[in-house]
Amino acid sequence: MKEVVSGNSAAAYGARLAKAQVIAAYPITPQTTVVEKIAEFIANEEFKPKFIKVESEHSAMAACIAASQSGARTFTATSAHGLALMHELLHWASAARTPVVMSNINRAMGPPWSVWADHTDSISQRDTGWLQIYAQNNQEVFDSILIAYKVGESPDIMLPVMVNEDAFFLSHTIEPVEIPEQKEVDDFLPPFEPEYKLDPEDPHGFGSLSMPHQWYMELRYKIAEAHEKALLRLIEVQNEFEKRFGRSYDIIDEYRCDDADIILIGIGTTAGTAQEEIDLLREIGVKVGFARIRVFRPFPVDRMRELVRKAKFVGVLDRAFTFGYEGPLFTEVKAAAYQMRRQPLMKNYVVGIGGRDITMDVIKRIVENALNIVEEGRIDREVEWIDLKGAQEIHLRRRY
Amino acid sequence: MAKLTIPEEEYMTKGHTGCPGCGACLAMRYVLKGLGGNTIVSIPACCWAVMPGVFPYSNMKIPMLYTAFETTGASISGIRAALDALGREDITVLGFAGDGGTFDIGIQALSGAVERRENIIYVCYDNEAYMNTGVQRSSATPVGAWTTTTQGGKAKDWKKSPKKNIIDMLVAHKIPYAATASIAYPEDLIKKVKKAKEIKGPRFLHIFATCPTGWRMDPSKSVEIAKMAVQAKIFPLYEVENGKYKITRKPTKEVDVADYLKMQGRFRHLTQEEIEKFRENVELEWYLLLKKEEFTQSLEKLW
Repeated sequence: MKEVVSGNSAAAYGARLAKAQVIAAYPITPQTTVVEKIAEFIANEEFKPKFIKVESEHSAMAACIAASQSGARTFTATSAHGLALMHELLHWASAARTPVVMSNINRAMGPPWSVWADHTDSISQRDTGWLQIYAQNNQEVFDSILIAYKVGESPDIMLPVMVNEDAFFLSHTIEPVEIPEQKEVDDFLPPFEPEYKLDPEDPHGFGSLSMPHQWYMELRYKIAEAHEKALLRLIEVQNEFEKRFGRSYDIIDEYRCDDADIILIGIGTTAGTAQEEIDLLREIGVKVGFARIRVFRPFPVDRMRELVRKAKFVGVLDRAFTFGYEGPLFTEVKAAAYQMRRQPLMKNYVVGIGGRDITMDVIKRIVENALNIVEEGRIDREVEWIDLKGAQEIHLRRRY
Repeated sequence: MAKLTIPEEEYMTKGHTGCPGCGACLAMRYVLKGLGGNTIVSIPACCWAVMPGVFPYSNMKIPMLYTAFETTGASISGIRAALDALGREDITVLGFAGDGGTFDIGIQALSGAVERRENIIYVCYDNEAYMNTGVQRSSATPVGAWTTTTQGGKAKDWKKSPKKNIIDMLVAHKIPYAATASIAYPEDLIKKVKKAKEIKGPRFLHIFATCPTGWRMDPSKSVEIAKMAVQAKIFPLYEVENGKYKITRKPTKEVDVADYLKMQGRFRHLTQEEIEKFRENVELEWYLLLKKEEFTQSLEKLW
């Protein structure tokens, strides 16, 4: 069944078709229409989860964790400040090995107040142990939620998954989304049956004290191991998804990268704009491609190395910034490339902060800069903020 | 053989790591005797987060979920929702938190859970300070008390503000059942637990739990001091059922506030004048409680 829906509605459909049993969520712009759509499903008796209208995002995550440990499939959705408020419990969710699935609508952090697209919110949660998937369109939002449950709930994974979508570009933009029949989803996604849960017939303590000489370190190692397995599991589940539903996903979504001298790397909706511009540039003979990191955690490091190995220049587009250093994606890509015998020239483009448009012209100017760098054989500066009003004096000090 | 007034079943075995004379230990033991084994408990950061023992050991016969400090109200809401979704309405869901986790950092999640009418029991064992972290003041610490963050000294920096009234706050939420109880009166405590178990919706028990370590008192006097708190009207035993206050155990003998205070190092510094002021506050609160009882009992059904 084709529906014309927003990214947020697609997320709500995802929770519904996945038959989430407990939903705990708190409203925040631009996430609100996720919880509103769920409430609409409930009002129409199309969906019957236990929906806890908690008094904060912190409680939302706490309730999801507790419900998950009691054996229920859980869902929540948030954005920016809500995600930041959850921070403590994000660590808790992964350490408790609860496969909570959460929609995060990527939004800028205040002040100044901004409700527009920016990846600072979820990138800041990089080290919490969550799997992070970033969607490019509304279909991918929906599909990724089903994939997220299947991967997260795998007995050897048991980790929470965050499915990210860009504020407004996806959350409030409507486009056709294929919503499968319930039966098809049921065949793909079996009910959640965790190996361990809170049960008076088999009482155990979940999360009790562990001394330094005991098991804490080993438990953390097991999470690290599960993340490694999760990357393989993601590929496996995405392949199964393609067989059943006909839509294919990769951990890095490459666009015309095969013979590209210049590869741009980014996350989220930037990819669509970049692809349009790349088509135009290809017509005039510029060998450029775009790689969208769909799965940010676990980081697809081997694939990343394979990808950048072929290029003369890699430009990393960051819609977030790590103050005191550079764009976070750039750090990750550089770190992956470091172990290679030979690295391409690499540069960081900071773009679209606080929802500023990343237009085709922005992409074009970045590629023009890249062509100069390739010709010169050296980068002009390591980090450049694109479309910034005023001078970028600080970067002069980081000149190569 | 004489009929036991307290259920014989134990859901808390030997081997807890609490201090000698720990009131919180008795609180858990009695609450579980009242609730029975078909119970799941969620415990935030507090003494009870370590008292069941270090992983993999546990002195509890019921499943326990450890949760973050401020999340008890949300955590038990999540367990309840999951159990209801899985058709296990029969299981009792219990939150068991200290005063810091209830009166302070957990008050938002508690307020949310009670407002939403979650079908849960929340027990606050009140030892009147952050004891697990080493006796820092909480909003449940009584006025005048020494703690490690109200050290007195030359500045006379004792706890300056009165103890928060958590029951009244919950009554303002129109909670179906809220009660105080004391480890010194197990029959009264267990009766309230059993009564609470039969009620649907949010239920709250505020249990006075002595802390010899933090109160600077003789561990062997734990129950005696708890008894004195009730007799001296410092911690009255009452319940509020659908808005109606009822004192469940009126003081049977005169116990002087000063005698209660003198048995604890945390009050040692109080001057005669300050003790008088303390006594005045106790009398005022007792008077207000009597009036609340009289007034609410005179009304028809409230909610």
